[in-house]
Amino acid sequence: MTDGEAAASPASAEDVEPVWTKSERQLRREAELRGRARRSISVATASTIVVAVILVVGITSSPGWPRVRETFFSPEAFVQAVPDVLRGILLNIKIFLIAEVFILVLGLLVALVRGLRSPVFFPLRVLAVLYTDIFRGIPTILLIYLVGFGIPALQLQGAPSDPVTLGIIALVLSYSAYVAEVFRAGIESVHPSQRAAARSLALTHGQTMRYVVLPQAVRRVVPPLLNDFVALQKESALVSVLGPLEAVRQAQIHVASSFNYTPYLVAALLFIALTVPMARFTDHLAARVERRQTGGGTA
Amino acid sequence: MSLLTIEGVWKHYHGQSVLRGIDLEVAPHEVVCLIGASGSGKSTLLRCVNLLETIDDGAIYLDDTEITDVRADADDVRRRIGMVFQAYNLFPHMTVLDNITLAPRKVHGVRPEEAEARARELLDRFGLADKAGEYPDRLSGGQQQRVAVIRAVATNPRLLLLDEVTSALDPTLVTEVLGVIRELKETGMTMILATHEMGFARDIADAVCFLEGGVLLESGPPEQIFSAPEHPRTQAFLQRVLEARRM
Repeated sequence: MTDGEAAASPASAEDVEPVWTKSERQLRREAELRGRARRSISVATASTIVVAVILVVGITSSPGWPRVRETFFSPEAFVQAVPDVLRGILLNIKIFLIAEVFILVLGLLVALVRGLRSPVFFPLRVLAVLYTDIFRGIPTILLIYLVGFGIPALQLQGAPSDPVTLGIIALVLSYSAYVAEVFRAGIESVHPSQRAAARSLALTHGQTMRYVVLPQAVRRVVPPLLNDFVALQKESALVSVLGPLEAVRQAQIHVASSFNYTPYLVAALLFIALTVPMARFTDHLAARVERRQTGGGTA
Repeated sequence: MSLLTIEGVWKHYHGQSVLRGIDLEVAPHEVVCLIGASGSGKSTLLRCVNLLETIDDGAIYLDDTEITDVRADADDVRRRIGMVFQAYNLFPHMTVLDNITLAPRKVHGVRPEEAEARARELLDRFGLADKAGEYPDRLSGGQQQRVAVIRAVATNPRLLLLDEVTSALDPTLVTEVLGVIRELKETGMTMILATHEMGFARDIADAVCFLEGGVLLESGPPEQIFSAPEHPRTQAFLQRVLEARRM
């Protein structure tokens, strides 16, 4: 030990070494707590059963139920739709994985541009503000129509015409505006004293961003970013309006040929299967960030 | 010739004057202590010298060039000045070693091996050799502040500014940080300290300045300021400090 720590241990502690045997009082306390825990579990179980029974009875006793069961919960239609919808969801996965990469890059770029101070960048800064304002305001479905039908209509040389590509472009434009704001919030959450310390070491604005502010900001915004990606996963279904054979489109085709809505249920279940693990992972990361900030805090 | 000259510096915040015509000269290898109550302008003065704040009037010269000239390159000025903050302000996502070598590598163009060797030498000298790979939040306050001092001097600054560097520390950890500062004085480092440690100021300072309400009321050698202060406000301040210690 090179520090004051060694001196902190008092010499007298060695004489009296307290030994702990659980007292009567503590045993009674623990028995009471165990009793309460048992009661909590019984109450929770009972109330869950009651709610479930009310829901099931309420829905199945409604006058239209036999009809609904037939059109939404048909086992035959379910089995028939699974292979195609499953093939469709692979396209959804491809769409959001590609979109996410571009969203991260564009979102970060827009956030950084908004933080630039030099007057040279004034027009860029204005563009960045306009971009986030406009694209956060347009409903995603409208943006998909605008990009999906508007860009091909321009008949520009080399402009993409493939509906998947156009759908990805629309999703990137829409979500990057949100992600830019998430990044900006992260950048602003880094305490000004960190910037002061970096500037006092003569780091430039760019170096301060790159080595000091961004690494801390990015760590903090991972949970909200993943939350946006959970939303993106299911919104990739909106691309179906342009026609590519993704999960919802595949389900639609089955519905159109059989007049049975069960394929939509298949698609819904597959989307849930995708987003639930992502959502749990997000919770896990958020909890870890929380622990870091409260546990590791001020030393 | 003085290393730092402060001439008639004024600073306002939200319509209030925080510095009101400060004049101060610091010679090479001199240690100047700024004393005074919280809010008297000590910290603001240090931040102005490091150009973290812009002044509203007056001028500051480092090595006879005006650093408060609006055309001056602030990064170039800061390359020659080191600063240590009350709350350490270490970078929490970097190891101790990376905290210290960041500026030498990225600002001063020192080769990584050289920067690391110098950092390890400094860590060793200040009893922190085994902490090079640790992250700041694993260190005690005193250790963090010592790392912050090393980070500030790793680039061999002409002038070191220390802003109440022991105010956030447990009393038992104050001495280890003061020890580092004492050792820096022996190497001839020019320093300006804003401090509440009167005993230490008396011991280490070549000159002590008393500030109140943004005015430098009295300055002189520590024996004079502490034993025979001339200004009644200085007398009153020191009296209050003395009473607080007796409690």
